[in-house]
Amino acid sequence: MDTGDTGFIMISTALVFLMTPGLALFYGGMVRKKNVLSTLMHSWIIIGIISLQWILVGYTLAFGPDNHGLIGSLNWLGLNGVGMDPNADYAATIPAIVFMAFQMMFAVITPALISGSIAERMRFPAFIVFTLLWATFVYDPLAHWVWGVGGFLRTLGALDFAGGNVVHISSGYSALIAALVLGKRKGFGKDSMAPHHVPMTVLGAGLLWFGWFGFNAGSALGANGLAGMAFVNTNTAAAAAAIAWAVVERIHRGKSTILGAASGAVAGLVAITPGAGFVTPLSAIFIGLVGGTVCYLAISVIKAKFGYDDALDAFGCHGIGGTWGALATGIFATKTINPAGADGLFYGNASLLGIQGMSVAITVVFTVTATFIILKVISLVMKLRVSEEAESTGLDLSLHGESAYSEFV
Amino acid sequence: MKKIEAIIRPGKLDSVKDALSNHGVNGLTVTQVIGCGKQKGNTQIYRGVEYTVHLIPKVKIQIVVMDKYVDEIIQIITKEARTGEIGDGKIFVSAVENAITIRTGATGEQAL
Repeated sequence: MDTGDTGFIMISTALVFLMTPGLALFYGGMVRKKNVLSTLMHSWIIIGIISLQWILVGYTLAFGPDNHGLIGSLNWLGLNGVGMDPNADYAATIPAIVFMAFQMMFAVITPALISGSIAERMRFPAFIVFTLLWATFVYDPLAHWVWGVGGFLRTLGALDFAGGNVVHISSGYSALIAALVLGKRKGFGKDSMAPHHVPMTVLGAGLLWFGWFGFNAGSALGANGLAGMAFVNTNTAAAAAAIAWAVVERIHRGKSTILGAASGAVAGLVAITPGAGFVTPLSAIFIGLVGGTVCYLAISVIKAKFGYDDALDAFGCHGIGGTWGALATGIFATKTINPAGADGLFYGNASLLGIQGMSVAITVVFTVTATFIILKVISLVMKLRVSEEAESTGLDLSLHGESAYSEFV
Repeated sequence: MKKIEAIIRPGKLDSVKDALSNHGVNGLTVTQVIGCGKQKGNTQIYRGVEYTVHLIPKVKIQIVVMDKYVDEIIQIITKEARTGEIGDGKIFVSAVENAITIRTGATGEQAL
């Protein structure tokens, strides 16, 4: 066991934790005043739910001893056998319990990302049940396929350094399905649904960027050069994407907005996630520039054209950004950065891009199908969507009996 | 000239504004207000303790129009703002002594 590695991963765990309250603020500022608390509540309650689900059953399903490449065994139910000694299969220099905690924070933020697409109209009990079922039947198997020893996508050679597939593609495409199943918000396209507190969103974006250093650099699972490289790639891609978004927005709409620059940074962070520990910083610039541009187009052109109500652009940012990131990894990965990875198209190996593409396709088909089935099953026993009256009044009062900003005093 | 003050549900502001605009009324003033009437307040919870808040947020629209348009505008506002539930709001009509456009100095009906 190495104390430097252990200390670093524990700090990284705390950083990734902070991303979920950060996400809460990022999303919270973007909804209307009457729904801000319900939006914050989505992220906050997920922290509670998944922190428990993960230690009881999630961790063992995701990382437990393999069953046919599809799912972990239940050997580690309730963290049985997960102790202070390192597990040689996963991060041999840090205690197994620390590795579990680090992974837990990823499991927490992933369903929270989905909450962006169904903001302002989902019933709270339905949301809780959805979170539990999605975490258990979508996230846990997928994490096993990509990161688990014996997981079939990992065996296939798909590269995902910190969660492009497991976190962003899964949540992004699931978010799109959820938005379609729930339907558009009342008055969508007609009434103003502008963000009620842009500074809150920017604060959230800043916390996300900060936490992402733990998300990506921590995924090196050691306090070493690779972590340092991932750290730099993370910052570089975020910066490039923020600039790209600001420039594209200026060209397209005449002005650059802070909401755009903040969203651009997040898009860049998503895009670099799968490749953070496999590409060079110069590649990270390109990945960020394209990521920011592609997500901008997905949100302001494609979403507008197709008219789906992905309220806070969970799909536009994470689904599209993650897809680009996975493919970009297939292009720009190089063994000179990470010998445990592979070379990409740019370095003379075309097969990696094909593997990445296949991994993306499998992830998309699985998460979309599973999310649709889960939502339909839930809708058999309870309503997914709030009543029209509750939606008009606002979810803070209707669902939570709370008001964010007292009128007058 | 008459001043029409309509206190309506906040969610109805956009449809009322659009309907008025379609009928040529483009100048109006909007304020956020809170008030009470027949509509019951709402119950809020803070750390386990319940409070009833009796004052409810509404939106007040103010327009000044020529006498001959008053009935038509009241109809438009009522049609867009009504839900049939308690809390739809009220419209008040009062007389206006004068109206002046600051930029041009026009007064009376020329200013509307």
